[in-house]
Amino acid sequence: MMRRIRLSPRWILIGLLALVIVVVPSPIALAARAARAERHFRIEASSFQYTPEALQVNPGDHVTIDLVSTDVVHGLYIDGYDLNVTADPGQTATLSFVADQSGAFRFRCSVTCGALHPFMIGKLDVGSNDLLWRAIGLSALALVAGVWVVRR
Amino acid sequence: MTPIELTRSPIVKAALRARWPQFVIRVIALAGFVFAILSGFIGTPVGNHNFSIVFVWIVWWALLMLIVVPFLGRGWCAVCPIPLPGEWLQNGALLKPRGKGFGLNRKWPRRFRNIWLQNIAFTLLALFSAVVLTQPGVTGLVLLLFLIVALATSLIFERRAFCRYLCPVGGFIGLYSQVAPVEVRVKDPAVCAVHTEKSCYTGSKDGYGCPWLIYPGTLTRNINCGLCLECLRTCTQDNVAFNLRSFGADLKQPGGRRLDEAFKAFIMLGAALIYSAVMLGPWGALKSAAYSIGTPQWLVYALSLLGLIYIVLPGTFLIAVAVGRTLTKSKETLKKSFSAFAYALVPLGLMAWIAFSLSFVFASLSYLWPALSDPLGAGWNLFGTAHVAWQPYLMSIVPFLQAGVLIGGLWWACMTARRIAAEQQTGRAITLQALPVMGFCFITTTGLLGLLIG
Repeated sequence: MMRRIRLSPRWILIGLLALVIVVVPSPIALAARAARAERHFRIEASSFQYTPEALQVNPGDHVTIDLVSTDVVHGLYIDGYDLNVTADPGQTATLSFVADQSGAFRFRCSVTCGALHPFMIGKLDVGSNDLLWRAIGLSALALVAGVWVVRR
Repeated sequence: MTPIELTRSPIVKAALRARWPQFVIRVIALAGFVFAILSGFIGTPVGNHNFSIVFVWIVWWALLMLIVVPFLGRGWCAVCPIPLPGEWLQNGALLKPRGKGFGLNRKWPRRFRNIWLQNIAFTLLALFSAVVLTQPGVTGLVLLLFLIVALATSLIFERRAFCRYLCPVGGFIGLYSQVAPVEVRVKDPAVCAVHTEKSCYTGSKDGYGCPWLIYPGTLTRNINCGLCLECLRTCTQDNVAFNLRSFGADLKQPGGRRLDEAFKAFIMLGAALIYSAVMLGPWGALKSAAYSIGTPQWLVYALSLLGLIYIVLPGTFLIAVAVGRTLTKSKETLKKSFSAFAYALVPLGLMAWIAFSLSFVFASLSYLWPALSDPLGAGWNLFGTAHVAWQPYLMSIVPFLQAGVLIGGLWWACMTARRIAAEQQTGRAITLQALPVMGFCFITTTGLLGLLIG
């Protein structure tokens, strides 16, 4: 049987490293804050995809999205930002916002458009995806802890 | 943690022994199931407004993967309506045993007494999932097929052979039920050993012999126990208990690990990866390929899915296990080590499915309200919610939950790998043997993180 986990110096070190991974600001994110700009995108929505399927902006950018539907009515809802716009076929609808939250956000069709509608998804990257990198860091730490800290 | 016997309480025991609560839930579930089939055929073809799609693939799926499987294991199997009509015919009774039932009562063929058929059935569903999950008519057809095959199996073979050997859903529920904190076990195997009647297996006037074809006296894992509680009703020695235990207790059992179950772990892990990319990723071409059944694009998708779950994942894992064996000069056979270490993927796979389901379910759950009021899309407004607009829930926090769940799954998998290595090795060799498997789990987790929150 495994020995019970105890508060040894190794565990304290692992805990501190976990804390560092979770709370220390990302240098990439800090650098990206300096560059703010007007960003304009034209997204074509067709069943069941957005073109382009992924957008990249910097934190603080003023983003304008022209949504053009090429077949039926489509929408574009951005997770996290809770913003929504819908476009009729052949028409352009515009959505403007300041990208004030960093990370990766899915945007998804908000108007039932056919069979795969619930899976019609695109991606908005605002600066660096800190959550992903921190999660990978914590995963690596879990691996290290599993190897180094837990012993018989 | 020593298991806590919940049936020590007379109230709990009486509640679990009673047939009516389980019967009522199953009948209601059967009515819902039949309605789902009907709404699939006669309701609106718009999936996210049809009862069959919304209730089966969003509501039921959410309950199953986020609550029932992690906390109650095969709790769903205990109330599943699919085998119910066949059981009624087989037993010749709706509730307690009354006499002779109907059916050939044949034994299930020995060569198929494993979960390979369930593995194949799940793989087939996975290949066509983009259509099954979105087209009400296809969902209705699949549910009807479940009902027909379960009924036919009950009429030919003994007991719940469909659930044990064929059901594509039951296969993975069984695999993941090993982590659940509940179990049915005998209190004292010695009592069973000298009890010649074995009423838990043969049945008695109080209940049926184990419908899942297991002898509770030797039960050590949840994987094949359907939590139907018949043994609690039939045991004349008061030797069956319903226990609360620690999560993942079955994964600590060194015996009984099998290759068919090992492959189920790869199938489920691979399917979680593929579904995360196809359904939740931004790649429209991938979605189209999965949906366009019969086209060359679909063929590529199907071959990729099959290649990942049957070749790439098991092949990479086999290399990881072989490296661990070489490093430690293990005397265990490669096949046995492969099967054993694959159980480390059980918590990893379950957490992957929970992470996948969190995003899918919370984005789509609001389709429930219109579907409740207008289940067929016929213009009804039964509860005044027919026009509630779609609104994703909790999408700001879902990625954080997904990250936490996946990291927790990795940690759990690493600890399980170490525990399995400790069955074969001692000291430093435990880490050496487990390390490549832990590396495999880390790479898989990183891939899932990239797909789900990247």
